[in-house]
Formats: sequence, structure tokens, C-alpha cells
Amino acid sequence: MIAIVDYRAGNLASVGRALSFLGFAWRVTRDPLLLGEAERILIPGVGAAGAAMESLREPGIDRALAREFAAGKPILGICLGCQIVLGHSEENDTACLNLIAGRVRAFPAGLRDAEGRAVKIPHMGWNSLRLRRPHPIFEGLAAEDAFYFVHGFYPQPEDPSCVFAESEHGIVFPAVIGRGSLVAVQFHPEKSGRPGLRLLENFCRWTPPGGRGEASC
Amino acid sequence: MLSKRIIVCLDVRDGRTTKGIRFRENVDVGDPVAMARHYYDQGADEIVFYDITASAERRGILIEVVRRVAETIFIPFSVGGGIRSVADMHDVLLAGAEKVSVNSAALRRPELIDEGAAAFGRQCIVLGMDVLRVGVRPGIPSGYEVVIDGGRVPTGRDALAWAEEAEARGAGEICLNSIDADGTQQGYELEITGRMASRVGIPVIASGGAGRPEDLRDVLTLGGADAALIASMVHFGTWTIPAIKSALHRWGVPVRMRW
Repeated sequence: MIAIVDYRAGNLASVGRALSFLGFAWRVTRDPLLLGEAERILIPGVGAAGAAMESLREPGIDRALAREFAAGKPILGICLGCQIVLGHSEENDTACLNLIAGRVRAFPAGLRDAEGRAVKIPHMGWNSLRLRRPHPIFEGLAAEDAFYFVHGFYPQPEDPSCVFAESEHGIVFPAVIGRGSLVAVQFHPEKSGRPGLRLLENFCRWTPPGGRGEASC
Repeated sequence: MLSKRIIVCLDVRDGRTTKGIRFRENVDVGDPVAMARHYYDQGADEIVFYDITASAERRGILIEVVRRVAETIFIPFSVGGGIRSVADMHDVLLAGAEKVSVNSAALRRPELIDEGAAAFGRQCIVLGMDVLRVGVRPGIPSGYEVVIDGGRVPTGRDALAWAEEAEARGAGEICLNSIDADGTQQGYELEITGRMASRVGIPVIASGGAGRPEDLRDVLTLGGADAALIASMVHFGTWTIPAIKSALHRWGVPVRMRW
């Protein structure tokens, strides 16, 4: 069973529907014990960092996630769920889960594209990835595959080797990050057509090497 | 690089797709779920359902359609038509739509945009706007007036002023439909699209007038639109999405070419 963390912020059903389509059992939960029982954990997300972290602290989901991460359980963060795995977010000046050292930054104002047109924020729409290092969740994907993004902030790990793929919107920014058994994607794989479904399926079948103890990128 | 989006619009009445949609393929052209699946398979970047159901009692049928579509396609889709309250938005979003589109109801009560953005995030709220070219006149400095109720009722609102207000209130996108161009298949209204796209900081979806791939190219380049809405040109089987995208790709317009 895949536990989908409910932090009362987003459209939880849409990622669940994608998992059902792929044939995986899932459950939306706020129960830290269920996170312990689950084979995998998915942190979805639409919403703001401040409210999300507040919602995770009260039932102790933040501590449960840290525990499961240390134990080597596969965890996937999506969009806001990708950002809050870092140490701090500029959105609402929020202290986050700190599973990966780094910060969540706002896209700078006044960005221009190659033709000199203003770059629109939030970054909304289909964009491609530039792979920085191979990872099993990219299996079967092609360089031209595009993914659906909707965000005004982006994740910036301290350690560049935690960046698995980048995308570009006025600036080059990390779009897939990870460390150990954790992978986090800034886009919405559940809304990215077949390449997105493939990435979700890759995560659902992934066994992180080693599993326990000290996680490196 | 961010792709330009090709968005297919489906009109739905009482749970069935309307208009003379013609296909050679084996698709139930009256079934919005089958149609959505067809366009998803063809590489549409997004789908819009526009509910033209007359009576409020039949809204439940639409919600069921949305629920079934959400189980079938895995790209963003939005629902417009008859969204008058946060409760209406909630029903549609909970059923699985990514976004809701508000139009006449937001003009009558602009706070609807603020309320929707506060409840669901601005990325969920699309402002739909029908505009008519009326020429520059007092109160209409852009020369384009916003009209409601299918283009029949003038509002006295200037199109660019309304776009700016909607953005300030929390709209995440604007779908700009030209009543002059709508249904002509003679090309999008480039002038107002270009002026609006450079005026607001949120994406502008061009709507009305698409007949050939060249029309999409023009509005996505000269018109500065972030996305182009199409309906008849694919519903009537004249063009397919892969053919349109291949042409755009050849002309150097960034579009999603693998799906």
C-alpha cells in the first residue's frame, strides 16, 4: 500500500486516480502509524508551504516522515511536496522537513525570455527536463518528454549532487531532486500524460539500494 | 523551454458533447469521456469542458462526467459554464478538474475571483472573457468591450481594465474569447490578444477564430498568447492535433511533441 500524506492542502484524489490507473493500492492518511506500515509514501501538493507544514506538525507527520526516510522507505514528493522536503521555504518564511539540506526560493521578478518577453510567474504549463544524473525513476523516458508544472517557487538543494534533473523558465532550476530513498519532483507526474504515469510507475517499482542508515544523494 | 499549449474545448449539454462533431474513427462523439480520451491520445495539452446545460438541476450530470474524465485522462482539464459560487468550484475540483473557469458570474460579482483564489489557489481560477470590438469610446479606452451571456449583453467594461482587475483579484489565467472572430475560422483576434498578453503577468489563452495551423502560429507568436483554444477545426475532422503540432513545430513554435 502507498500512503498519500494528507496535509489538507491539495487535490489528493488526482494522484490517487493515477495510482489506481496504474494498478497500485493507495490510501490517503494523516496517521503517522499508517506511514510506518506503508510500503511507500507519497507527499502530494498544491497549496502554500506555511499551512502545509503547520498541518504536518500537529499529528506528528513531520517526525514520522523523518523516521521513515532514515529507515530507507521510498518517498516521493510532488510539487509543494517536493519543496517541503528541504530545510526552509521562502514561501511564508517556513521551516520545512529538512530531509535534504537546502532552501525553496521564489522565481526572481523581471525575468525575460530569449526574445525579450517577460517570463510569466507562476511557471505554468509543459516543460522538458535536462537530466543531471541517472536515476531509476527516469527509466523509459526520453529527453523530449515534457511534464506539467504549476509553481512560483523552486527547490534549491545545497549539495548539487542532490539535483537529478533541471528545467528552465527564465532561469535554470532544479526540477527533480533526491537523496537516498527520497525523490522529489517539482512538476505533476499525475497530470503529465504517459511520461508522467511512467515516472510514477517507476517510483512504485523502485527499490532504493542499501535502504537503511546514512543516505547520500 | 515552456511549451505553448494547445487546448481543446468541448461543449457539453446534459452530459453529452454537442455541436456537429465529426469523426471517421470509432469514437462515440456524443460521449464527453470518450472525446476527452480521444484528444488526450492525440496529444492535446489540456481540455476544457464548457457546460451549456440550461438548468441547475442537471448540474449533477456534469459532475459525474468530470469524475469519469478524471479517471481516464492524465493531463489538466478545466470546467466552465455556470460556475457561480465557491461551492460550485468545490464540486467540480473535488470531482477531479484541475481548474474552473468563471465568466459572467465574476463580472456580476468580482469577489468570486478573490474567494476562489483564496479557497483553492490562483492556479485553479481561470477568468473567461468574451470581448467585442467596439472602437475607442468613453469608458472603453482599449476599444474592446466585455460582453456576457454568450455575447448578447454589453457590460460597459473595458477588456484590458477587467483583465488587470481579475489578475489583481487572483485569477491565474485569462481565456480571452473574441466574439468577432468566434466561429469564423478566419484566425484569432491578434490585436487585443497581444495587448492583453503584454499587459498582464498571467498566461493568456487565445480563443475564437482558429481555422488553420497558421492561425495558431500567429496568435502564439505575434499575438504573444501562452495557449490557443481550438474547437471546430479538430471537431469537424478537418485537422488533427498531431498535424497542427507538427506544423507549429516546423515553424519553430515550442510545442509538446511526445505524449
